[in-house]
Amino acid sequence: MNSRALTYGCALGGLLVLVLAAFAVGRYPVSLAEIFHLLQAKVLGRTEGLPANLETVIWQVRGPRVLAALLVGASLAAAGSAYQGMFRNPLVSPDILGVSTGAALGAVLGIFLSKGILLIQLFSFAGGLAAVGLVYGVGSRLRGHDPLLALVLTGVVIGTLLGSCIALLKYLADPYNQLPAITFWLLGSLAAIAPRDLAIAAPLALAGLAPMLLMRWRMNLLALPDDEARALGVDTTKLRLVVVAAATLMTASAVAIGGIIGWVGLLVPHAARLLVGPDFGRLLPLAMLLGAGFLLAVDTLCRTLAAIEVPPGVLTALIGTPFFLWLFALSRRPW
Amino acid sequence: MLEVRALSFGFPGRTIGRDVSFSLAAGESMCVLGPNGGGKTTLFRTILGLLPVKSGEVRLNERPLYLLDRADIARAAGYVPQGHSAYFAFTLLEFVLMGRSARVGAFSSPGRADRAVAERALESLGIAALADKPVTEVSGGERQLALVARALAQEPKLLVMDEPTASLDFGNQVRVLERILALAATGIAILFSSHDPDHAFLGAQRALLLGEGRVLELGAPKAVVRSDTLRRLYGVPVEVIEIQDDRRVCLPSLRR
Repeated sequence: MNSRALTYGCALGGLLVLVLAAFAVGRYPVSLAEIFHLLQAKVLGRTEGLPANLETVIWQVRGPRVLAALLVGASLAAAGSAYQGMFRNPLVSPDILGVSTGAALGAVLGIFLSKGILLIQLFSFAGGLAAVGLVYGVGSRLRGHDPLLALVLTGVVIGTLLGSCIALLKYLADPYNQLPAITFWLLGSLAAIAPRDLAIAAPLALAGLAPMLLMRWRMNLLALPDDEARALGVDTTKLRLVVVAAATLMTASAVAIGGIIGWVGLLVPHAARLLVGPDFGRLLPLAMLLGAGFLLAVDTLCRTLAAIEVPPGVLTALIGTPFFLWLFALSRRPW
Repeated sequence: MLEVRALSFGFPGRTIGRDVSFSLAAGESMCVLGPNGGGKTTLFRTILGLLPVKSGEVRLNERPLYLLDRADIARAAGYVPQGHSAYFAFTLLEFVLMGRSARVGAFSSPGRADRAVAERALESLGIAALADKPVTEVSGGERQLALVARALAQEPKLLVMDEPTASLDFGNQVRVLERILALAATGIAILFSSHDPDHAFLGAQRALLLGEGRVLELGAPKAVVRSDTLRRLYGVPVEVIEIQDDRRVCLPSLRR
């Protein structure tokens, strides 16, 4: 019991340190004293006399970006935790039902049609929801199969189809303006986050998180074979629909503002499960803390490592692959 | 407790069994015998509402199955499936607590009373010492006992056990049969299947012989588990021998 509290404590403490570090480092370094000064001044309402640069950097540039990294990381990790339990497979990521591919197609379509940023985000969000809706609608009508297998296979097939549509749009896109924008979006980025993006994405993510939190104990029963869970009194069809809707809402809102950032939703729940076990009520908060911290660390590296921004999707893969193999070799127990 | 009337069961587009009728009173235990593919598991799944009734009727607690929702059924009937493949390392206690889900609100978690029920269930099967072990790390026999404990945590009036002894060693088979008799003595109705016809003599007041989805025989084990009925059921020569008063055993006679 105590070691569990220690785990949460360490995760929370580490996250706070990361947040401070993320505010401090960058092209315009800021000392901790300056950060506290600014916070103090903001709280007391006395902002005159502070360097204008400082306020811009902390409040308007780094602030939204840090918050976005926390939000996207936590959302992807939460959705991944829910899906790994529901699909009874620790190698499942939140994209398994095609949400990222659908969101990517929406965004690419928006870029292809030269729409503004808000519309591109809206297209992306709608694309993610529509893709999962299509997969769920088709998959749950394939009777006579294991319902989960039907969902996964439908997801793979429809995901491939949407992938070809993305490829077609890339082929048709203007190679000087649109194609770089498309490629940039597909690799994910938190560089252009505006406070408005957060104001839209955060409530959507919270709307997805609420049912997961409320049903955190019942979610465990989805890890049982379907017949067993039903015999224990759970309407698995209904519960699965709730989980799919909640996880899709969280992932789609994260992808809409940050693009496709892989590995977080796969790796983080897995690591969290090794630390506190599979019980969803314990897993969810830790996975969210770790996911937020992981993506914040990655994004901070992305903007400080080199003179140009490194896409976070590239960095998560570079860190994720060896880390995952190491976890896999380390864990003797099966998940 | 359980009433099955002229039941046809099976999968969409495929009927497995027809015209099955029997009833089971509180405190009674019944053993279903039959060859592989004879329809035992399909019958059990239909009784539990996991497969739709094709025709006929199933009544649980005097109420027709179609009027009950999943939680109603789970409060009335516990299910011990044929082996469980564990995916995640839930502890045995967490695993058994899942048996409480029909008695816990959709948005809540099991409370202290539920924990006590789960602990008692573990205790009664002699696996309380394993409460904190991951279900993925215990032996197949211990996992089977955990499945029974989980079904007991449902506090059911009917226990449906699909080959509860299948993966158990000799000692654990005997323990589970003893447990079945003890549970029946507390007033729970028990429906279980087995591949060992001796189990009908050991653990049941009645036996149902199910071949190709039809009831071949139904009655007291001594009356229906006979050489000729077993031969018809399994297609191999079997002797049923009385070794002392009230004790019978089934012995296959091997053809050479």
